[in-house]
Amino acid sequence: MVITMRFMLLFSRQGKLRLQKWYTATAERDKKKMVRELMQVVLARKPKMCSFLEWRDLKIVYKRYASLYFCCAVEEQDNELITLEVIHRFVELLDKYFGSVCELDIIFNFEKAYFILDEFLMGGEIQDTSKKSVLKAIEQADLLQEEDESPRSVLEEMGLA
Amino acid sequence: MSPSVRLQEMIRVIRGARTQGEERGVIQRECAAIRAQFRQADNGTRSHNLAKLLYVHMLGYPAHFGQMECVRLIASPRYNEKRVGYLGAMMLLDEKQDASLLITNSIKNDLSHNSQYVQSLALCTLACMGSAEMCRDLAPEIDRLLRASNSYIKKKAALCAVHIVRKVPDLGELFTPAARSLLCEKNHGVLHGAVVLITELCERNPDTLEQFRKVVPELVQIMKGLVMSGYSPEHNVAGISDPFLQVRILRLLRILGRNNDTASDAMNDLLAQVATNTDSSKTAGSAVLYETVLTVMDIKSESGLRVLAVNILGRFLLNNDRNIRYISMTSLQKIVQTDHNAVQRHRGTIVDCLKDQDASVKRRALELSLALVSAVNIRSLMKELLLFLSSCPPELRAHTTSGIFNAAERYAPSQRWHIDTILHVLTTAGGDVRDETVPNLIQLITTATELHCYTVHKLYRALITDISVQSLVQVACWCIGEYGDLLLRGECEETEPVQVTEDDVLDALETVLQSHMSSPATRGFALTATMKLSTRITHNVDRIRSIVSIYGSCIDVELQQRAVEYNALFKKYDHMRYRGSVCGAPSVIAKLPEYLLGGSGEPVPSSGLSHTVPGPATSTSGGDLLDLLGGLDVSPGE
Repeated sequence: MVITMRFMLLFSRQGKLRLQKWYTATAERDKKKMVRELMQVVLARKPKMCSFLEWRDLKIVYKRYASLYFCCAVEEQDNELITLEVIHRFVELLDKYFGSVCELDIIFNFEKAYFILDEFLMGGEIQDTSKKSVLKAIEQADLLQEEDESPRSVLEEMGLA
Repeated sequence: MSPSVRLQEMIRVIRGARTQGEERGVIQRECAAIRAQFRQADNGTRSHNLAKLLYVHMLGYPAHFGQMECVRLIASPRYNEKRVGYLGAMMLLDEKQDASLLITNSIKNDLSHNSQYVQSLALCTLACMGSAEMCRDLAPEIDRLLRASNSYIKKKAALCAVHIVRKVPDLGELFTPAARSLLCEKNHGVLHGAVVLITELCERNPDTLEQFRKVVPELVQIMKGLVMSGYSPEHNVAGISDPFLQVRILRLLRILGRNNDTASDAMNDLLAQVATNTDSSKTAGSAVLYETVLTVMDIKSESGLRVLAVNILGRFLLNNDRNIRYISMTSLQKIVQTDHNAVQRHRGTIVDCLKDQDASVKRRALELSLALVSAVNIRSLMKELLLFLSSCPPELRAHTTSGIFNAAERYAPSQRWHIDTILHVLTTAGGDVRDETVPNLIQLITTATELHCYTVHKLYRALITDISVQSLVQVACWCIGEYGDLLLRGECEETEPVQVTEDDVLDALETVLQSHMSSPATRGFALTATMKLSTRITHNVDRIRSIVSIYGSCIDVELQQRAVEYNALFKKYDHMRYRGSVCGAPSVIAKLPEYLLGGSGEPVPSSGLSHTVPGPATSTSGGDLLDLLGGLDVSPGE
């Protein structure tokens, strides 16, 4: 069927997982196995090789940005080139949000990386094709978060919690 | 201290651990603290504790004790807590956990929350891990949101509906009307979601597909608008206006146009326009062109349009970007049967891709090259394939040899070419060929009667050069045993003859017999060949006799048995050895027992010998006897 993206992984060159989003229900045990296997396969690739490879019954589209590998698994019939563009769009969003994003940003603010991803993709599909629109929504959501967080800490500070 | 810093502090500490053991220790302590915090009353740190737990979970440690905390946080009125709670639900809960049902009510409430960001959380989570039951429960709510909300929510509701339909296909009918009206929206996000939803509905229900064929003109208009529109900064990617939306529309058009002339006609012009006007200098444009090609090839397009599509693929083959070359070949592979001539035109470029550095590209090029082999191009293409074989990656060798043999069998222009080709493959990659190669080659050689002299010379030369490739050595031994007399005669039309003495030949066979590189099967071939030569040579029969008798006490049981039988032939049936207790029938192979063909197996009882007919001239029919030895004086076929 038309399920396009099965999962997306972000991992470092040392094989440390930085983000994983699964778009189909998969058992925890299977997730771990697949992640381990796939990381090995991708990390073994040489620099000038194709961004696409066949793995199990899926197509893997990956791209390395500095020290991070962005890796998507898509179905047989998919358009790999547009998936590359999806990955690139996600990187641009992270970059805009964190300001010249690097791996450490994603490590120490992993939950924010997830929030951005979840604003960008749903069920493996793009929610909005406008970069501006996605960034604005995240900005607004962050404001809302701050509002709901701050009254508590103010009270705490005053010792009235 | 701002709560977020506590999370980051923990991350720092974990990263600071120098060993796996140290890390485990830190994490155990943190988890214990988190657990304790969860048990306490609400103290304002719940969301941060859950966030910590999620980090730990990502490192691979168990975190199921956080599941109930997710449920609690989702029910909180505070956005910051809901946000982390829902994230936790997506990471820790899936539809198989019972706890996931507990959040259904929260999701239901949050779907009608007055903050769109809360609604968004609920929609996202439902689309991520909603079970069939949850989907059934909440579908009417999603439908409501599809119709009456702002663009921000509509686009998310559309994608959520996609998930629902995947889980409960029957619910597709519920969403069809709303999906239809969404096509009138201007917002790109909503349009995109609508197109994805409609695609899903059409793929699952043929009636719905029929219904949506009517919107082809509308889709064509939307595409035209995108392609012809001026620069729109918000949706522009490398000069292409919203490539993501374009690709989705093209995909939907593909599904609608498939097997339907009317629909295909309606989109023909648009496809030609997109194919011609899209700038493919960057990936975004190539992605749109690629989707266009896929659509053109799948619907009932005019032949002119098909040619245009194949030419685009041909252009892609010349692109500097390896990714584009790769996907081009993937597509060409799919159409190589139906549009064979069109693809043949690009054979040169495809063959060049055999030399690409990337193994994936090489594999694609190999598949395509094999599919393009024809009687017309067999000679030139085989040269390229053999060249490829000599340097191809190990994981592709077996497939390559197999493909080469199939191609040679189908299109060999001559028997000599065929034999040469197989020999070339054996020399280059003899270890990666199928098991049947040896008997198949023997069969081929046997039938090529005018080439026996040529073949035995060639194989002899190969044998004295290198005895490591078992398949080659086996065939060489067999050939020498069978046609050794031609070798010794020293004349040959087809090739430079060599001066070979009987001793030279026996030396070669003995080398094989004694080499530790030779497998037991190979030794069997060598021994049998040595024996066969006893009927073809004149001066060195004693040498043969002694070789054979040595192997009579060989530790390898099969070899020993053979040697013993041959010895017996020398002693008891010497008079028949020449006259041929057995005839050399042309279709020798059919009669040869498995073990003589190098197959491993239990020693076959020497039924051959027991069938030998005592008596000089009567040659019995080849069918009864084992045809172990080819007789000089006996005419074949008797």
